[in-house]
Amino acid sequence: MSRRTATADRAREQATEKATGKTTGKTTGKVPPTVETTYREAMRAAHREALLRDPRVFLMGEDVGRYGGSFAVSLGLLEEFGEERIRDTPLSESAFTGAGVGAAMRGLRPIVEIMTVNFSLLALDQILDNAATLRHMSGGQLSVPLVIRMTTGAGRQLAAQHSHSLEGWYASIPGLRVLAPATLEDARGMLWPALEDPDPVLIFEHGSLYNLSGTLPVEPTPVDIERAAVRRPGTDVTLIAYAGGLGKALAAADLLAAEGISAEVVDLRVLRPLDDATIIGSVSRTHRAVVVDEAWRSGSLAAEVTARIVEQAFYELDAPVERVCAAEVPIPYPHHLEEAALPQPEGIAAAARRAVGEHG
Amino acid sequence: MSARDREVEHDTHLDLLSWLLRQMIRIRRFEEKCAELYSATKIRGFLHLCIGEEAVAVGVVGALDAHDAIVSTYREHGHALARGVPMESIMAEMFGRATGCSGGRGGSMHLFDASRRFYGGNAIVAGGLPVAVGLALADHLTGDKAVTACLFGDGAFAEGEFHESANLAALWHLPVLFCCENNRYAMGTALAREHAETDLTARAAAYGMVAWSVDGMDVLAVREATDRALAYVRSSGQPCFLELRTYRFRSHSMYDPDRYRDKAEIEHWKQSDPIPALASRLVSEGLMTAAEVEEWLAEIESEVATEIDEAVAVAEAAPLEPVEDLTRFVTTAAGDPVRRTS
Repeated sequence: MSRRTATADRAREQATEKATGKTTGKTTGKVPPTVETTYREAMRAAHREALLRDPRVFLMGEDVGRYGGSFAVSLGLLEEFGEERIRDTPLSESAFTGAGVGAAMRGLRPIVEIMTVNFSLLALDQILDNAATLRHMSGGQLSVPLVIRMTTGAGRQLAAQHSHSLEGWYASIPGLRVLAPATLEDARGMLWPALEDPDPVLIFEHGSLYNLSGTLPVEPTPVDIERAAVRRPGTDVTLIAYAGGLGKALAAADLLAAEGISAEVVDLRVLRPLDDATIIGSVSRTHRAVVVDEAWRSGSLAAEVTARIVEQAFYELDAPVERVCAAEVPIPYPHHLEEAALPQPEGIAAAARRAVGEHG
Repeated sequence: MSARDREVEHDTHLDLLSWLLRQMIRIRRFEEKCAELYSATKIRGFLHLCIGEEAVAVGVVGALDAHDAIVSTYREHGHALARGVPMESIMAEMFGRATGCSGGRGGSMHLFDASRRFYGGNAIVAGGLPVAVGLALADHLTGDKAVTACLFGDGAFAEGEFHESANLAALWHLPVLFCCENNRYAMGTALAREHAETDLTARAAAYGMVAWSVDGMDVLAVREATDRALAYVRSSGQPCFLELRTYRFRSHSMYDPDRYRDKAEIEHWKQSDPIPALASRLVSEGLMTAAEVEEWLAEIESEVATEIDEAVAVAEAAPLEPVEDLTRFVTTAAGDPVRRTS
């Protein structure tokens, strides 16, 4: 095992420990110095690193500068990097996202921040018809090395127009890479490889994760933007989740463990292109799958993952694939209704019990 | 001014008029051939002709430096030809051939030539405007002196993307030349039926941009206005808006039965056809006699006809992209060329 792999493994363990509140009890002997941080701070550190490393990188979006970012990711960056590289935009999602496309075509490495995925629909033309399309439609003449970040997801009583999970729609678009960092390590590590990608990359940050806290190595750990990750090994059932769903799936795995059911938890991480090998590999070991998705069930990413499992591992399955998705309603404001609309650990555990119990 | 200076100025002026006239004829005849090939089902999809609007294409595009960028629309054959994209590669694109300027992937509406900084070919009305702002933003950030010219129609002026882009370019002081080809119809909807205020220049000026209205049927007027606008954008770093009042003689696309325009109106505008207007000017300015113009026009027509015939022959003989390459360039694959700047 290389030193780098060992470090990555240790960081992954730490992320798992934080998310599950458990320790793995393993030590690697030489633990690198770590720092207490949050998802938000890890994102900010990733931005600082990128801005320092590459003069072509700049950030633009609504309130990223003076305000410090609507989720405080970019707090302090304006003061450090100045108005040219930390650009407050008007409320013109289409124009500033399209400007990101043009600047990327010209050789810069823009990071465009859109406040929420709901607002990104105002820029959908630029994302779909330009960013994702220009390379193919021009016969390979144009590259759009653009990174677009946005929040997604519910759980904060922000009501229907700020709470939807539309990343699955974007994950259906050829030409895009779609990422969903769910751990501190990924929050810290995904931005740089995304900027190095010659094609457009969308990064979805679940709004409930910004305050996720824990430790990270002081020296950032490189992460890939290719593979799904097994966040918790298990033998009886695979829980497949991403972004805000990961913590819930891990919590469900705890509930199941107390009942003697060993659940493996797969974090998709990369929503496009999907890492079939990791998904199918896990399901082929456990023979049962529960797919967790905070988006609506119909036509969802969960539907896509389920279809792939059925296509590629049908004869490995001991039970029908279960899906735990959001209720098919606009996400409501009151806490109790919002909670009822979203996947919850108990519902995920119940789906796993069905898969294991009825067909065990 | 010395006699020698006058002679040089005269020659320069004549050279310019010659270039403008030749390019307008090239575009007109190329598009007439495209219409014919469309009827013969050699060209498919949508085909939007700019016949009648050639003065805008030639007047604006000819004024740009090679280093400037162009973002255009789905009615862009004229812009591409004026830019110097080889007719052969445009015709091959119309035929969907691998040698087309977009590898056959785009067709009539999506002509690209990154080597000539010609960025399409955008068939979402106003969809190219934010991209133009981004190209100019990159130039602003890197200290490049290029101007990005963005061509669009009066229909695009009604889109939010125009207003967002105009505001952003003016707010950030970006070198964008907004060129609105006002041909009075957004597909079949007349200007006054789509805009509460039809004075587009006044509305553009409201964004804090210098904005002029130009007779888009007069190629020299277009050229002079564009020269002036470019000088302004280059010296100030600010965007500028040109409204080019023009008219398309043909329908919106080959599918359009053109029920929404009076025949008399079309005939009226044909009286301002920019090609004979410029030919007459050569005579009225005393640059050529009528007989010389006639002879010269015949010569241009003959050369253009040869160029078009060759382009068609080359396109017809060109290979199709292998089906195995269908998914190539969706994303960058190992070994694909990655353009660092364009």
